[in-house]
Amino acid sequence: MNYFPDEVLEHIFDFVTSQRDRNSVSQVCKPWYKIESSSRQKVFVGNCYAISPERVIERFPGLKSITLKGKPHFADFNLVPHDWGGFVHPWIDAFARNNMGLEELKLKRMVISDDSLELISRSFANFKSLVLVSCEGFSTDGLAAIASNCSFLRELDLQENDVEDHRGHWLSCFPDTCTSLVSLNFACLKGDVNLAALVRLVARSPNLRSLRLNHAVPLDILQKILMRAPHLVDLGVGSYVHDPDSETYNKLVTALRKCKSVKSLSGFLEAAPQCLPAFHLICPNLTSLNLSYAPGIHGTELRKLIRHCRKLQRLWILDCIGDEGLEVVAATCKDLQEIRVFPSDPFVGNAAVTEVGLVALSSGCPKLHSILYFCQQMTNAALITVAKNSPNFTRFRLCILDPTKPDAVTNQPLDEGFGAIVQSCKGLRRLSMSGLLTDQVFLYIGMYAEQLEMISIAFAGDTDKGMQYLLNGCKKLRKLEIRDCPFGNAALLMDVGKYETMRSLWMSSCNVTLGGCKSLAKKMPMLNVEIINETDQMDISADDEQKVEKMFLYRTLAGRRKDAPEFVWTL
Amino acid sequence: MEVEKGTKMGFEETELRLGLPGNGGGGTEGGESAKKRGFSATVDLKLNLSSKEGGDDTNHEKTQTENNLLATDPAKPPAKAQVVGWPPVRSFRKNMLAVQKSSTDQGSAEKVPGGNATFVKVSMVGAPYLRKVDLKNYKSYHELSGALGELLSSFTIGNCGSHGTKDFLNESRLIDLLNGTDYVPTYEDKDGDWMLVGDVPWDMFVESCKRLRIMKGTEATGLAPRAMEKCKNRSFK
Repeated sequence: MNYFPDEVLEHIFDFVTSQRDRNSVSQVCKPWYKIESSSRQKVFVGNCYAISPERVIERFPGLKSITLKGKPHFADFNLVPHDWGGFVHPWIDAFARNNMGLEELKLKRMVISDDSLELISRSFANFKSLVLVSCEGFSTDGLAAIASNCSFLRELDLQENDVEDHRGHWLSCFPDTCTSLVSLNFACLKGDVNLAALVRLVARSPNLRSLRLNHAVPLDILQKILMRAPHLVDLGVGSYVHDPDSETYNKLVTALRKCKSVKSLSGFLEAAPQCLPAFHLICPNLTSLNLSYAPGIHGTELRKLIRHCRKLQRLWILDCIGDEGLEVVAATCKDLQEIRVFPSDPFVGNAAVTEVGLVALSSGCPKLHSILYFCQQMTNAALITVAKNSPNFTRFRLCILDPTKPDAVTNQPLDEGFGAIVQSCKGLRRLSMSGLLTDQVFLYIGMYAEQLEMISIAFAGDTDKGMQYLLNGCKKLRKLEIRDCPFGNAALLMDVGKYETMRSLWMSSCNVTLGGCKSLAKKMPMLNVEIINETDQMDISADDEQKVEKMFLYRTLAGRRKDAPEFVWTL
Repeated sequence: MEVEKGTKMGFEETELRLGLPGNGGGGTEGGESAKKRGFSATVDLKLNLSSKEGGDDTNHEKTQTENNLLATDPAKPPAKAQVVGWPPVRSFRKNMLAVQKSSTDQGSAEKVPGGNATFVKVSMVGAPYLRKVDLKNYKSYHELSGALGELLSSFTIGNCGSHGTKDFLNESRLIDLLNGTDYVPTYEDKDGDWMLVGDVPWDMFVESCKRLRIMKGTEATGLAPRAMEKCKNRSFK
């Protein structure tokens, strides 16, 4: 491969965009490594503690776009203490100090401060895109900095973040000269926004294609916005309450008629169902619909809406749709690929969907490959039917609200049902299970789930064998998270080398002991084995026999992290 | 496996489980391990799952009984046990739905403020770290008291005895039955003054409260002598 000058190789590598492929390219030979590394623009870091920012910068000096993930997935469910970590500042700081031409930053489950946001806005002249998912630590002041200083900002996308709202004028901080916005999503903000500034911003953003509003934007403003942005492709409605007989509502209908490009619809954070027919105009073109934050839309109005959505590929919905509503989905949405059914009352746990809805979906939607389903109950028979109908599942997540509930008809464990799923769905990459489950289900998973990369387990299994089957069988496993299962040291220590092939392992409320964790940490220096200790009951000199409440381990090149709080020990 | 049905705990229960210490184990070993660590389920009514027959039933029952005793209101039937982090729904989503629900419950047809969350720090004398609660999550002093009781019971030692209840805030007092010490919830208002919780209407309280502090009764002299007297004279069941 010495025939080609570097520029030619680099040009060829430009066509290789996926990170996995580029990683492979870089391993062919030294010259390829050099060229690939110097020309790589986009990097994905699945665990921000797996590598240091300095090392990333050193290897990829041309870096323009980076994705970083911080806290373990179970942090979403309050299982990880608030100050555990995931601080992005060292990364921003390193990039700024090294004059990196950063243009895009995407963070998930990280802590980002207003100072960091300000630093971003001042350090990177070409900064174009900020996407924050499930992050925290910042306020609308930080957003104001981004708005004020990023002259070429194209994308500001805030998804489900915990943002301290200073009822800011952050929207007014976009200068009049800023006309580059393509995507703006502030649906998660709790406070008011300057509505006039919002309308003016939309009016001067000819490239705006995605706009998701928060609850503070009422229907009359929505109407004004739509008049100024008829080319929107993705719309998140804020508050949707109005009198359907009013002139404002009529104006909205007129505006919606002009929006022929909307393919994705979400929001309705507050909705008057009688106003929904205005959106029936939009529905036939929709490929994505997210009504999972719209508890006000249910029953007949919801079903009416769905019946217009024949092209839907992605649907996120609340369980108040009921089995009946899911049958409407199954009959209408033949292109459906992904569905998520969330509980509308997560605190009490009375889901309105059962195995009936699930079977209907699998029967009616041949392209369905990704599902998240919170339900009241399940049966082996239903799962076996689903497995037969839908061998194409890549992501299958089932959550029965009562976590150890057996088969609702036979009272047996759900081992056979999930076993059928993994056996039939040969491309399954992600799995979450619930219900009464014994070691047997893990035997099935180990035997059949060859492509499985991520699995979440709760309240399942009988003995160490369960976890052992899993670790032995799933060769492509990257992320394993376990809570409240009777797995102990024998399982943990069975194959310590395995953990270097994985991104991370989480175990909480299991039977692993401090001694077991210490032993693992000793054998595997390339892993950070963290004990998260929230009570005073355990200290570092504690009895090795004591069970560990929460353990999180991950492979890393960066060694022990320096920002761990007091209650986190790295063994 | 039966899980006791009952009144719903309310989302604030789950709210309080944010990073609470003492997450006892569930699963078949749940009862035992929870006891071993002395968490004694004061903090959360961990769903104590005995998915096998026999064996762990006694432990299961014991902890379940403890759970029942710790229901915040013994007059109501024992609430359905809630597990930390279950169902696995992102807290953002849980909070959002809770806010939407409470606004519908109030029957208000107008725009939901969405609750600018009003997080205030809660400190308790002797506690190693502070907590935060969102006052907008509660509609009354009674709800707040239940929440604070649970939140901070982890800082008081041990079990709750046969009453199980932290009798809190009837007259704005938190009383630790075991220790026999009186606790007084106080707050700092917008003017920087330290006030006794419970004097003003709830909404006014939410507007003016900047931070909460649970003091010992002995510290709180001068705040509300009348309330303290009442408390000393109350008879316990």
